[in-house]
Amino acid sequence: MKKIIKYVMTDILRNRIVLLYTASLFIISFSMFSLEDNNSKGLLSLLNIILIFVPLVSIIFSTIYVYNSAEFIELLVSQPLKRKTIWLSLFTGLASSLSLSFIIGAGIPVIIYQANTIGFMMIGMGILLSIIFVAIAMLAAVKTRDKAKGIGVAILLWLYFSLLFDGLILFLLFQFADYPLEKPMIVVTALNPVDLGRIMILLHMDVSAMMGYTGAIFKDFFGTYTGMIFSFGIMLLWIAVPVWFSTRKFNRKDL
Amino acid sequence: MKRVWLILFLLSAGMVTHAKTWYVGNHQFYKTISAAVQAAANGDTIFVEAGLYHEKNLVLNKKIVLKGIGLPVLDGENKYEIISVKANGVIVDGFTIMHSGVSSMEDIAGIKIYDCREVVIENNKLDDTFFGIYSQHGTNCTIRNNQLKAYKEEEQQSGNGIHCWKSDSMRIIGNTITGHRDGIYFEFVTNSIIWRNTSFKNIRYGLHFMFSQNDTYVTNIFRDNGAGVSVMYSHSVKMFNNYFEENWGDGAYGLLLKEITDSYIGGNHFDKNTTGIHMEGANRIQMERNTFESNGWAMQIQASCMDIVVTRNNFIGNTFDVATNSSLVLNTFNNNYWDKYEGYDLDNDKIGDVPYRPVSLYSMIVEKNPPAMMLFRSFITSLMDKTEKVLPGITPENLKDEHPMMKRLN
Repeated sequence: MKKIIKYVMTDILRNRIVLLYTASLFIISFSMFSLEDNNSKGLLSLLNIILIFVPLVSIIFSTIYVYNSAEFIELLVSQPLKRKTIWLSLFTGLASSLSLSFIIGAGIPVIIYQANTIGFMMIGMGILLSIIFVAIAMLAAVKTRDKAKGIGVAILLWLYFSLLFDGLILFLLFQFADYPLEKPMIVVTALNPVDLGRIMILLHMDVSAMMGYTGAIFKDFFGTYTGMIFSFGIMLLWIAVPVWFSTRKFNRKDL
Repeated sequence: MKRVWLILFLLSAGMVTHAKTWYVGNHQFYKTISAAVQAAANGDTIFVEAGLYHEKNLVLNKKIVLKGIGLPVLDGENKYEIISVKANGVIVDGFTIMHSGVSSMEDIAGIKIYDCREVVIENNKLDDTFFGIYSQHGTNCTIRNNQLKAYKEEEQQSGNGIHCWKSDSMRIIGNTITGHRDGIYFEFVTNSIIWRNTSFKNIRYGLHFMFSQNDTYVTNIFRDNGAGVSVMYSHSVKMFNNYFEENWGDGAYGLLLKEITDSYIGGNHFDKNTTGIHMEGANRIQMERNTFESNGWAMQIQASCMDIVVTRNNFIGNTFDVATNSSLVLNTFNNNYWDKYEGYDLDNDKIGDVPYRPVSLYSMIVEKNPPAMMLFRSFITSLMDKTEKVLPGITPENLKDEHPMMKRLN
């Protein structure tokens, strides 16, 4: 297993796209901190990067990578290796290399300019979102045989998590405006890792606004230790469940 | 004429010689203050040496100067009102006043001024009193450099720090108040000044104004009070250079203005409040040179407000700059600095060429539907805000700063 992970990682890290991704993250984050006169605005721009750019790159890159290594996977399957091992090492390799490039690209500037709870929370959420979207991408890739369709599904999934889901929530909020929706909303957030990550970061960044009535409910829940553990648990579930499903599918797949 | 002056001089000289000095202390003739007060005449001075005194209720009904040496302690044994001032021109200086009674029927205070003029209360330390310093029908009194501290947890058990009722021309200067219900409370108080006080961690308001006209407060610090500062049903109130900080919570406002007219708010700092200023039914108010920094909502102006002029203020790092509940706008914004402004300045006159709209679509949505706060800073809301900025449909068309500044104002 180690050997496969090592091979996948070196293969990805040598890949020009990942190098470009790392470099662009690095340049964008640095310029955001140095262009804005106050660091909080830089953090805000970085928040958008973490919530939009990182999932997009993770999901599309992983989908394409899985399709492109189809022959390599077929080769491995012909060897005396368990399919589970192959699939999990592929996942580990992808996830760790993308997290690594996120840490190098965005983590270093954040640590230099904003080495506090907000900064560390951002790095943590960025890493988790990278891994989650790798897991989702692999599920999408294993479910569809056609490459073009698979990439299309990946893009749609990204669109759903970062835009459509929130639009749907807004629609529901206005449809059920007469009901007390504060607490159900906490449950709804758990259905989207991007929202969960955003709220976790905002609780540290916009403390003043979050102390208003609705914000206070979020703060009372997510701001406590149990809330933190809960949300980290949900994030981990968002990794585990797609990985588990995709492994099961890969085990039975006719390659 | 000369003879008249001579007589006047002799008379006044005679008065000076009449004023006596009395000492109270363990080793003095008078062991209790009340005995010394009984012996003293108008214009006398009583010095009280350090020590613990159980005076029950000390009534000052003569024009005397009561001065503590080394902060002597007056203990109210959780039963009594400690000092009652009932004569004009009394000075109470340098005491530690502890453990007043608590009552839900009477307003028991550490020091209470009853219907007097020119009373001075200064350099006292009040610890665990129900009401701290209470002025009832006081006129031209000074309350200066006192430190007030209370420990009660609930509003009902606690009185106000400095409480003025139906008073006039009061000077409240340099006091520090914490742990009371309201730090400073004014009701029917006119022509008074509140200057350089610090009021923090009080249960309800740091400063509470009701029906008080022509008052000014300058350079005070109001920090981390249960509900911030509230100014209600008053006119001609002037506020300069105050600091409103860290008033957090739903229904906590840096400054709450309700039914205020003809007032001036200048040079104040609003830092890290959930809501910087909330206005309801406020009319004819000038707001200039204030700084709003890191608030949840810098300003909430309800539609019931009219003729509010907001000029030359700084809005920096606030989550929402301005929120309102209607598209009706009868107020003016001009020449403010907004850090979210994205316009340009082609003619280099440091004034932006396109107007700034401080109300975002998302803030209107949150105002109508608070749980939408959950979508705060998400991709979809920023997308909606951007579209709304280009084509205003829901946000009030007239609420805009025609001449926003490009640089922060000093």
